[in-house]
Amino acid sequence: MSATSARQPVPGTVIFDGEQARKGYALNKMCYSFNDAANRKAFVADEDGYCAKFGLNAQQREAIRNRNVLQLIEAGGNAYYLAKFAGIFGLDMQDIGAQQTGLTKDQFKAKLLAARG
Amino acid sequence: MAKIVGAITTSHVPAIGGAIAKGLQQDPYWKPFFDGFPHVREWLAKVKPDVVVLVYNDHGLNFFLDKMPTFAVGAADSYSNADEGWGIPQTAPFKGDSELSWHLIEHLVKEDFDLVTCQEMTVDHAFTLPMALCWPDQKWPVRVVPVVVNTVQAPLPSAARCYKLGQALARAIESWPKDERVVVMGTGGLSHQLDGERAGFINKDFDEKFMASMVDDPAWATKYSTTELVELSGTQGVELLNWMVARGTLPEKVRKEHSNYHIPISNTATGLMVLEPA
Repeated sequence: MSATSARQPVPGTVIFDGEQARKGYALNKMCYSFNDAANRKAFVADEDGYCAKFGLNAQQREAIRNRNVLQLIEAGGNAYYLAKFAGIFGLDMQDIGAQQTGLTKDQFKAKLLAARG
Repeated sequence: MAKIVGAITTSHVPAIGGAIAKGLQQDPYWKPFFDGFPHVREWLAKVKPDVVVLVYNDHGLNFFLDKMPTFAVGAADSYSNADEGWGIPQTAPFKGDSELSWHLIEHLVKEDFDLVTCQEMTVDHAFTLPMALCWPDQKWPVRVVPVVVNTVQAPLPSAARCYKLGQALARAIESWPKDERVVVMGTGGLSHQLDGERAGFINKDFDEKFMASMVDDPAWATKYSTTELVELSGTQGVELLNWMVARGTLPEKVRKEHSNYHIPISNTATGLMVLEPA
């Protein structure tokens, strides 16, 4: 997912635009539903059924199954909605950052600290 | 007539809510961030606002991608927080002022800002946490008007457009016939990126330039496209558009009353400024 096309000029970054919004609509809609505690519970109780209810495509279903953020973004996921999915598992933004950058959480935290210069 | 007594701009990441709930204000990790706020509270006690107009971006509480307004203004007499999915304790509800909201809406639409108006609206952490940082007892002494900017789904409004919205908002506020004191808040940023291989991106050099521009060169960031702002400040750093609106409500010449900058909380470089008309 190297993003250096004219539409996506920032390396390592997928700008959430109309194309992503269309691609990821079902996935993001499911994640948006996780604002509601009853929906979070329903997802945990029956993940397959819950994903089917929102009409996730095979790529989105696989990315959800893998709890893989880069795959979720590739499938059209938006960070703000995906954060609600991550919340179900008690993952914070540094867990998410570590996963996407292939670092341990401690290494990721060190990377953030290094930005102090 | 109403008067804008100043602007507060601050970061708004959800983890702040967790830290408040756990009482971590003096924890070594959090202290450099929270220590920025006592001075803000002293300033607020001095300027005694009646109203806060708070400019922020919704993160998927009130708005979803089914309807994504570029600019939206709350027009309710009360606003509540709600579960955003993470179990952060919800804040006390906020008292609105629908009469003032409609005054602002009338004025802004007359100036060609084609707004979405919201007579019912939940407000998320980007609204509630900055308020809770300013008034930790959550006994809000002000009425509020929420102004929402789309920083979620490209195309985003340009920094220039956001700055102009702020300028129009100032004219709208200052034509409100009641003798009231208004603080404008802009929340979000500063540089951070939650998503992609570039997650964890922070750009201290850019943040410092941006914060300096808020004082001396308010239109500085308008030379960048929103894509360039993403490149410079991260996919969520672009929330600085909310700061541009707030800055636009002040005259060109301002006095910096206070500022703080700290890396990091959560994944974010945090900035805080209090600006007054010079």
